Amino acid sequence: MILNATIIGQSIAFFVFVWFCMKYVWPPITSILEERQTKIAEGLEAADRAQRDLNLAQNKAAEELRDAKQQGAQLIEQANKRANQIVDEAKDKAREEGQRLIAGAQAEIEMELQRAKEDLRAQVAAIAVAGAEKILENTIDQAANEELMKKLASEL
Amino acid sequence: MATSHETVETAQTAADYVGHHLGFLTFGQHADGSWGFAHSIDEAREMGFWAINVDSMLISVLLGIIFVAVFRFGIKNATSGKPSGFQNFLEIIVEFVQSNVKNSFYAKNELIGPLALTIFCWIFLMNTMDLVPVDWIPWLAQTVAGDSHLFFRAVPTADLNITLGFAISVFFLIIFYSIKIKGLGGFLGEFAFHPFGKWALPLNLILELPGFLAKPVSLALRLYGNFFAGELIFLVIALVGYWQLPLHFGWSVFHILVITLQAYLFMMLTIVYLNQAHTTH
Repeated sequence: MILNATIIGQSIAFFVFVWFCMKYVWPPITSILEERQTKIAEGLEAADRAQRDLNLAQNKAAEELRDAKQQGAQLIEQANKRANQIVDEAKDKAREEGQRLIAGAQAEIEMELQRAKEDLRAQVAAIAVAGAEKILENTIDQAANEELMKKLASEL
Repeated sequence: MATSHETVETAQTAADYVGHHLGFLTFGQHADGSWGFAHSIDEAREMGFWAINVDSMLISVLLGIIFVAVFRFGIKNATSGKPSGFQNFLEIIVEFVQSNVKNSFYAKNELIGPLALTIFCWIFLMNTMDLVPVDWIPWLAQTVAGDSHLFFRAVPTADLNITLGFAISVFFLIIFYSIKIKGLGGFLGEFAFHPFGKWALPLNLILELPGFLAKPVSLALRLYGNFFAGELIFLVIALVGYWQLPLHFGWSVFHILVITLQAYLFMMLTIVYLNQAHTTH
């Protein structure tokens, strides 16, 4: 083996290529790799955050749904109660009205009855007077009988 | 020499074939003072230290340029969104290197990542040249040069000069950062006062210094040995006639493992050594 200046030439070439690699090859590639690493890390973090947000939103939605259901149930209950109340009120009113009507009708009936009785009484008196007139013919003093007739009529 | 090569055309021996494949295209000063390419391995040896293996350097620099060009091109339209196929491929490599650095290097240093990436990719590409059939690239070089006897070796990591270039550069970085982090005193103190305290200074030096100096040597020799041997076996396989096809396939498949493993090892050891340079014992 012959050792010669190739050693020196190779050493110079070596440092030139290492320098070139350090200046123009290594930095761009490693910066790209680092950039990608941070990108991936950010992506993963964002995914995590999105998952957390999703869970939160789901929980919130479930809660809202539960609230809404509860509220709905409450409203229905209230409505039912109110309906019952209204029905009861209506019933009461109807009953009252009916009673009032019945009372009115009874009062009217009473009045009619009274009037009929009055009429009847007057008619009976007239008939009695007429009957007595026919029996007694013209003997009876009209004025004296009037008193008698009234007394009779009031007794009926 | 030239006459012997002409006869080789018809009756090339196995030793000639392998020997020719083990010669580098060395440029340097001839014994007579003129400059030019060596025409034989002996001539290359005579050129001494101030010569250069043009083939190794050429392929090495070419592959280095391919490495940075592919990465530059690949990240031109890169996004931090969903990566496309090629960007994905580059990112896998970078992430692989990055994770290794993260696991073995605990200090903070902007250089280590790109250094490890360059070492891994560049050495991997150099090693991969071993999978190209052994005669193709030399043949191409000979055709381009118009010289059928041109020496040309295609696997830079089978050249000890190249692997030593890597290892010495890393060694230089180890020393540089050791001194930068621990100070000259702290750096030298590690050899002098460990592991037995200052009263056993010579013993400490004997224990620590060889280990330290062995780092670049082992780095260079491990890589060189693997690929020199791998190439040699490819050359021998190329000599066995038709049976070379299944043998080539088998050895190539095995070599895919070696190629990746050696590139990875060189990168890992560099990271580990530099981590040691950054930490005090």
